[in-house]
Amino acid sequence: MKPINEMKLKTQSKSVNESFTRATVAAFAVQLDPTVEELADIRTAVSEAVTNCIVHAYPESVGEIYIWAGIYENGLIRIRIRDTGCGIINVKQAMEPLFTTLGGERSGLGFSVMQSFTDKIKVRSVAGKGTTVTLEKYIRGREYCDD
Amino acid sequence: MDVKISSSPVRLTVFLSGELDHHSAASMRAQTDKAIIESTARLIRLDFGQITFMDSSGIGFVMGRYRLAHGKGAQVEVTNLTKKYLQIMKLAGLEKLVSLKSEQEVNK
Ligand SMILES: Nc1ncnc2c1ncn2[C@@H]1O[C@H](COP(=O)(O)OP(=O)(O)OP(=O)(O)O)[C@@H](O)[C@H]1O
Ligand SMILES: [Mg+2]
Repeated sequence: MKPINEMKLKTQSKSVNESFTRATVAAFAVQLDPTVEELADIRTAVSEAVTNCIVHAYPESVGEIYIWAGIYENGLIRIRIRDTGCGIINVKQAMEPLFTTLGGERSGLGFSVMQSFTDKIKVRSVAGKGTTVTLEKYIRGREYCDD
Repeated sequence: MDVKISSSPVRLTVFLSGELDHHSAASMRAQTDKAIIESTARLIRLDFGQITFMDSSGIGFVMGRYRLAHGKGAQVEVTNLTKKYLQIMKLAGLEKLVSLKSEQEVNK
């Protein structure tokens, strides 16, 4: 399946960029005519993945975050967030609710939030090489909105 | 300013506004904690009514304030949560630690 439209964004892993990256992807998704709620779901899921690049992938340095999004004829949006940071040794464990390697004010729920706010998530990671998170969401739009 | 404080002898209310993410949490945390530390009230209310965005950083934020308040013997309640934010907080099991109230449940 080929996307009918695509976007790419490369940004530095600085926390000040969290806000505009999620807003940019959400603005791109608007052409699928999503509900306010669906847009909020996209913003939240993207924010989780981007924040993970900033706090986990490049803990002591500033690296690049590569974001790609494609939309498809059937109302699907696929969003890929990639870093070339430290990678995840055990992805299955990392995705479990409440699992975190940082503690402090991290709750270990980023992946759970991504899971519950999208239809599908795929995580590929190589220790020392980096991580790619792919999110998929079907935009049902206003026709299914019940209010 | 993204944090406004209103306090009485029984209750400290922290009105949060804007986007609560990993970036903005730092300054919200500093302002809120200063108020909690200075307060002698037994109830700390975190009002999310003007929050326009939140992700899991918001969960960490509430958890951190709970720990601080709990250490002083104070209770925490989180008010004016939208359905979505209530859902995120419940996902974290936060309702066992703090009282969570949606928009309808708070009538003032
Ligand atoms: N891009 C990444 N690079 C390296 N490690 C990552 C990356 N994303 C996630 N991780 C690892 O997976 C763990 C779980 O991530 P998740 O987002 O679920 O929780 P968290 O970031 O620790 O806490 P929260 O998102 O609730 O603030 C992280 O603690 C970290 O060890
Ligand atoms: Mg996270």
